[in-house]
Amino acid sequence: MTATETAAQPVRRLEWQLAQVREIVVETYRVRSLMLHVPDWQGHLPGQHTDIRLTAADGYQAQRSYSIASPPEDELLSLTVERVDNGEVSSYLVEELRAGDQFELRGPIGGYFVWTVAMDGPLCLIAGGSGVVPLMAMLRHRERRNGHAPTLLLYSSRSPEDVIYRAELDAMARRDPNLRVVNTLTRKQPDGWMGRRGRIDKALLAEECFPPEQGPKIFVCGSTPFVEDVSGFLVELGYDPLTIKTERFGPSGG
Amino acid sequence: MNLVGLKKIANGCAGSRHSRSRRVLRHHRERFELEAESTADNRRDYRSMGTQKIFARRQVHKQKADTMDGTTISRGFRSRRQEQTPKNRLPPGQYVTTDFPVLSAGPTPQIKLGDWTFALQLGGSLLGKWNWAEFEALPQTTIKRDIHCVTKWSKLDTTWQGVTFDDLLKAVGLMEPPAPYIMAHCDGGYTTNVPVADLIGGKGMITTRYEGLPIPPAHGGPARLLVPHLYFWKSAKWVRRVRFMEKDQPGFWESFGYHNYGNPWKEQRYDGD
Repeated sequence: MTATETAAQPVRRLEWQLAQVREIVVETYRVRSLMLHVPDWQGHLPGQHTDIRLTAADGYQAQRSYSIASPPEDELLSLTVERVDNGEVSSYLVEELRAGDQFELRGPIGGYFVWTVAMDGPLCLIAGGSGVVPLMAMLRHRERRNGHAPTLLLYSSRSPEDVIYRAELDAMARRDPNLRVVNTLTRKQPDGWMGRRGRIDKALLAEECFPPEQGPKIFVCGSTPFVEDVSGFLVELGYDPLTIKTERFGPSGG
Repeated sequence: MNLVGLKKIANGCAGSRHSRSRRVLRHHRERFELEAESTADNRRDYRSMGTQKIFARRQVHKQKADTMDGTTISRGFRSRRQEQTPKNRLPPGQYVTTDFPVLSAGPTPQIKLGDWTFALQLGGSLLGKWNWAEFEALPQTTIKRDIHCVTKWSKLDTTWQGVTFDDLLKAVGLMEPPAPYIMAHCDGGYTTNVPVADLIGGKGMITTRYEGLPIPPAHGGPARLLVPHLYFWKSAKWVRRVRFMEKDQPGFWESFGYHNYGNPWKEQRYDGD
């Protein structure tokens, strides 16, 4: 098939659909997961995102994009949202939204920052803060499908209280000898913290990542400075830039 | 999500390793093209996979939409925006930011100006090629425009300096464009397609300065395509080559479900919008 044929194919619009909140899971003091029932959902790939649209009583609308945290195998669609200071949409989703509420959503969106068990490994996932969300969809998918690809999650958080999905990730790693979860805490470490300290740097990457010769598939997600630093270090360490896929959460007031 | 492309390592190579860097570049381009093709196929398969389901449910959805009059009020939601942006400045679904968010699909290439060239092509043949000093010597134009990213942010009154497509065509001795479409090719293998009508008449340029300063690498420096009236993924970072084409073809994001044209005022974000 040529590219021209792709362009000529009739395409179906991604329609706005109603999502109903079934449950809200408190992940951290500023992060919630919205468990959504979306009757018309067409399915998605781990790593994709959705657009959501909120409408105020006076007709004012706001749209934002949020990564999908649930694997395609799950019945409910889960979005994990971090409250951004002064963010009108994220504040609403984290503080105001309750089970039973509805809002509009469309997707899935994005087809590049995705991984499925068919793509195999080794898989190297590197997250900063809420950048862990699309990577969690990949890990959950891998687990639901009994994937054995050697996998590393390198996850940087500010403090222990900021670690999202902590219990689930610990349990996942305990069950699966092919999965390694390495946490690093940048600002505050509890007494007796056995994990890493400080930001992800070149030395940490060199020590923890699968070596370049193994050709790992690398996904980096976090704030812009985080992704710029980490992906820059990876290139310097000799990883093929084409194997490094990035997703950046801009400081965009969401 | 991310807006600008795959990266490669060739740009960072020193001058003495130039031929190696070319080989690496070619190698990566070929690999990228293969990957782009296979992912385009995946996308098609993935989309068609869900087709029946979508079709079966369409009727139900339509009825629902009618009964809710097209929108659903979000209980307790209200605007917290302080600023009043005139409606004619902000396309639907956008909000104003004063930040300049970065969206790219891979690492930022670090390009040395000594290695940088920019080429215009018609199909496979070269129309013109400039090194950095030669490009800087072309007529410079400064414009102030609003920019709109498909991820919903808009930034007002951004100032860019560079060489317009009109001046590029003149520089290679053409009175009019040689073909109706272009594909922009960038360091890292990123591509995007734009109709030529959206570039000539002062509408598009190859820009090398943002707010009077060299464009930082994360924002597409040394040079980025600027087509400010389309969603900003069309303003491709790290542009190195513009290829005129007789037939339109989708670029990178256009092959991943994003709209082929991307008019923010019609909210053409994704395929079918």
